[in-house]
Amino acid sequence: MSIHISEQPFDPWVEITQHQKQSALEKQFGATATFIGSMRDFNDGAKVSSMVLEHYPEMTQRYLEKLEQQAHQKWDLLDSLIIHRVGDISLADPIVLIACWSAHRRAALDACNWLIEELKHNAPFWKKESRQDGERWVENNTDGT
Amino acid sequence: MTIQVKFFASLREKMGVSESKIESVATAGDAWDLVTNHAEHPINILVAINLEYAQFDSPVNDGDEVAFFPPVTGG
Repeated sequence: MSIHISEQPFDPWVEITQHQKQSALEKQFGATATFIGSMRDFNDGAKVSSMVLEHYPEMTQRYLEKLEQQAHQKWDLLDSLIIHRVGDISLADPIVLIACWSAHRRAALDACNWLIEELKHNAPFWKKESRQDGERWVENNTDGT
Repeated sequence: MTIQVKFFASLREKMGVSESKIESVATAGDAWDLVTNHAEHPINILVAINLEYAQFDSPVNDGDEVAFFPPVTGG
């Protein structure tokens, strides 16, 4: 299990590969489910050029650790990894990575889906967008559809 | 002992302050009233006490950290 809050851009594919190698699970897992959220150039019908992601550092860390532990209690996971960016975000930057490893696909897929939904609804992060008409705090997450 | 009160994101900007120290109060709502001089709080504002989600009427003890923030938008 691993949580990382990063002020620097990250490459989710490199992180996944490195984590798999370090976790010594390479011959045990049969399924890897991943979710990668990236920065779009539009929101609510407006062009967005960049954003700043603020968070509540101590609570974020604690909340994500608890979430990851709950996922391991609910599903038969071999390992998991959560990375979330904070600070200045550029267009197309990955914002969040969730990866789950399990012996069979269902646990990894369901846990990954649950983790991103819980994170989006409860983890204390806030986005402030830069748009043509100025800066604006995002007031609600999209429903995902 | 004091209670530390924190504000985040749009609420921090609205309040013009990120954190404040206050003397003992009974609940998170009392902390809000003391720091904001009884300002009406937006209905969707969230509360955390010692890094865990709580309610405005949740009890607060000396040394606690109480945070107020808008709905979260990460991920």
